[in-house]
Amino acid sequence: MAAKTIISRPIYGTLSPQPGRHHLFIADAEGALAITDMAGKAPSGFFDGAEIDFIPGPENRHLAALEALKPAQLHVAPSFASLLPRLKQTLTNAHMGLRLYLAGTEGLIGQAMQVALEAGMDHTSMQTEHRGSLARRMQCVHCKGITENVTTQPALCAHCGLLLLVRDHYSRRLAAFQGVCINAEDRSENPPMEEAFP
Amino acid sequence: MSTGTTKLDVVVSDVVPVNDLVTRFHFRRRDGELLPTFSGGAHVVVEMRDSDRTRLNPYSLMGSPLDTREYTISVRRDDVGRGGSLFMHRQVKPGLEMVISYPVNLFSLDLRAKKHLMLAGGIGITPFMAQTSQLAAAGGNFELHYTCRTASLGTYADVLQQRYGSRVKLYHDDREERIDLDRLLSSQPLGTHLYVCGPAGMINWVRDRAAALGWPSETVHFEHFAAPQPGAPFDVTLAVSGKTIRVGEQQSLLEAMEAAGVDPPYLCRGGVCGQCETNVISSDGKFIHNDHWLSEEDHRSGCKIMPCVSRFDGKSLVLER
Amino acid sequence: MGITFRKETFRDDYTFRNSPEHIRRFPFPFNEDAYMYAVNIEPHVVGPKGSVLENLIDVDEHYVAEMQDRALVLAEDPLRCQSLPHMTLAGWDLLELLMEQQALGYPEHFTLERDGDRWRWINRPLGIDDTFTFGDTSTLPYGPMEYITRQSQGDFCILDQRDGNLWMDAGMVTTQADWSLDFDIGMNFFEWHAPVPLAHEKGIFTRALKFLTNIQQGKPARRLNWTMTINPRLDTSPENYHKWGPDRATVTPENVGEKVHLRVELQSFWRLPRSNAIVFPIRCYLIKMDELVTQPKWARRLHRVIRDLPEELATYKGLTRYRPTLVEWLSKLDDGSPTSPGFGPD
Repeated sequence: MAAKTIISRPIYGTLSPQPGRHHLFIADAEGALAITDMAGKAPSGFFDGAEIDFIPGPENRHLAALEALKPAQLHVAPSFASLLPRLKQTLTNAHMGLRLYLAGTEGLIGQAMQVALEAGMDHTSMQTEHRGSLARRMQCVHCKGITENVTTQPALCAHCGLLLLVRDHYSRRLAAFQGVCINAEDRSENPPMEEAFP
Repeated sequence: MSTGTTKLDVVVSDVVPVNDLVTRFHFRRRDGELLPTFSGGAHVVVEMRDSDRTRLNPYSLMGSPLDTREYTISVRRDDVGRGGSLFMHRQVKPGLEMVISYPVNLFSLDLRAKKHLMLAGGIGITPFMAQTSQLAAAGGNFELHYTCRTASLGTYADVLQQRYGSRVKLYHDDREERIDLDRLLSSQPLGTHLYVCGPAGMINWVRDRAAALGWPSETVHFEHFAAPQPGAPFDVTLAVSGKTIRVGEQQSLLEAMEAAGVDPPYLCRGGVCGQCETNVISSDGKFIHNDHWLSEEDHRSGCKIMPCVSRFDGKSLVLER
Repeated sequence: MGITFRKETFRDDYTFRNSPEHIRRFPFPFNEDAYMYAVNIEPHVVGPKGSVLENLIDVDEHYVAEMQDRALVLAEDPLRCQSLPHMTLAGWDLLELLMEQQALGYPEHFTLERDGDRWRWINRPLGIDDTFTFGDTSTLPYGPMEYITRQSQGDFCILDQRDGNLWMDAGMVTTQADWSLDFDIGMNFFEWHAPVPLAHEKGIFTRALKFLTNIQQGKPARRLNWTMTINPRLDTSPENYHKWGPDRATVTPENVGEKVHLRVELQSFWRLPRSNAIVFPIRCYLIKMDELVTQPKWARRLHRVIRDLPEELATYKGLTRYRPTLVEWLSKLDDGSPTSPGFGPD
């Protein structure tokens, strides 16, 4: 019973090399392949001014492929939380002309974008490409708690326990989809949970 | 419902020569009330009644938005233009009653910016006069780079340096001073917005360099009102109103329509706002597009024209007006 | 003669009522016997005396009670009022607009004295008399937007205009028809309207945006929107949906007249002078079915509109569960005779 797709649902593109001299890539897991695919279209010397921050994830693959691009810097982080302080520092010291490329899971793209927005970047200037899991970050509109890695429809709020319809309505500021109580009008209704965002 | 602006009845309260080319005009409301508040970057359209013809030209408001007792504009004399600036310089004296539009802002500050980087060329300084006043009053972070031909033609350069000191940098053409643009654009903190106002060549140069250096287009703001260019007269059929009109050599298509009693909406009359966009029903000839509103695709298609600044050269033109 | 403000509630015991004069001035939103989206925008100019358009910012008999309800909502959930950092200037613009309009329309209730940037604001119904410095946030108990919208009926969204779009970057939203400011803040015009069915496909929002970005100072515009609410509850927020949602299952043939309310939003759009932003006040008017059907024309027309409403719209407006009961109840008041043109009662 997934809701129909709507305009606020983010649309991810395909990474493409942007003009400028400084390029920052943030990717997790399969997102590395979006970068290597893009590298074929990049002008020579493009990665001389590039930093790649990579979160390999449990399967721990694709690192060698990124090394082969010979970026000016390649930083490997175990999680987004561990990457966050470095990312904030990089953006604080950055100059106009820095271009941002985000690739991988929706949760990573959304959270990295959130940090960049706070640093004064405009979301339309960021390149994004979705790869890998479709799992969603969801904000419960009732208790405001964020539940990570939601794969079912409906889904339980990890904070208040309400059964939520995971809408396609998405907030960049919160980096989350909206969850709204699915049986508010009659709590005895209990629609089955189905795997919707594998 | 159509858009467009309300009019203000004003009187010229002062006329001040600033240098060899530029004169400043002050307006107050005839009823003695305060003028509407405006935001830095706004312009008004001034109606110039010159015997039997009326010209309407946009000018940036250059006073402080905090002071609405009067509006001020600065007009650069253009000896080869269609006569609007010459009318202002020669005919407009203190005490003259005039009509101006409500302020409209098509060159607004992006208040999210962590820093505002402003580049002015020549008379393009005027919107920045108001914007710097607005930002300075609110503790805003800005830097102004101003290019002028000579020190004596550096309109308001002295005032700006007095007000803002080292936040204003001057470049004089006759002293071979040039902005090191690439260096300037490469050293701005993330979250900076860029504003350019000046001659078309300067705007294009700055926009091109900013794009090449990775500045996203959302962070680059520019304003360039195209003045309507004179040209060979041409005939136009207005299909909706059932009229055929002739556009004179010194007249714009929009002015010719208005003279025939057809009034398309407008805000800028300089090819920027998009209000007077008009559909072409049929044409046999060549369009002379001078606007910044339509896309290149629209220009090529021959399906649309901006009558405020664009002209036509050919056998026949039928418009949906 | 001033307004007599009612003592009433929009929650718990729901004592909200409209006086007979307020029933007749209700902004009934249907000018024909069917409803579909349209870009129904018109100039926001002063209308007939005794109508909700008598003043451009309307204050009515529910003013004091609505402001008390707003204070209760904000105490429970301060996230209903938010302003992104670059929107403070627009907040001052809004404060000026609302103080000027309320003082102009209701001089017996509101007074604004200006001496340069030193302003004195007297709000007699709420017992407020404050002197402050315009532009200096430290001289007010709240930010400028929150201060004045705690004293003004309706929700307020302030839209920043950039890159040819409008961005919902500030707002006071406590009487909304099921949308969340906390979730939508920062979104552009298309994004925050994303959940509305049918209208995107019809190009409604593209045309509406083009119109709104060209709104000029001194030339506001308006439109009407509508939905239905069970019980006269102002706070039908998604945040509290699990609390008010069950009400929709309580409608019976016996209580339709008392419980079911038509909820009309008078939306207006104003260019703000200093910030170049647009403010979008959403003024909510409620009327219970028992009150509405005292005007026979409205009863007949509402019956036809609700009966023939496309299913997607009925679902979006949350009518599905009680629509049959409501249509059945209204049908008894519809003898099939024609209705006169226009919105007003006969």
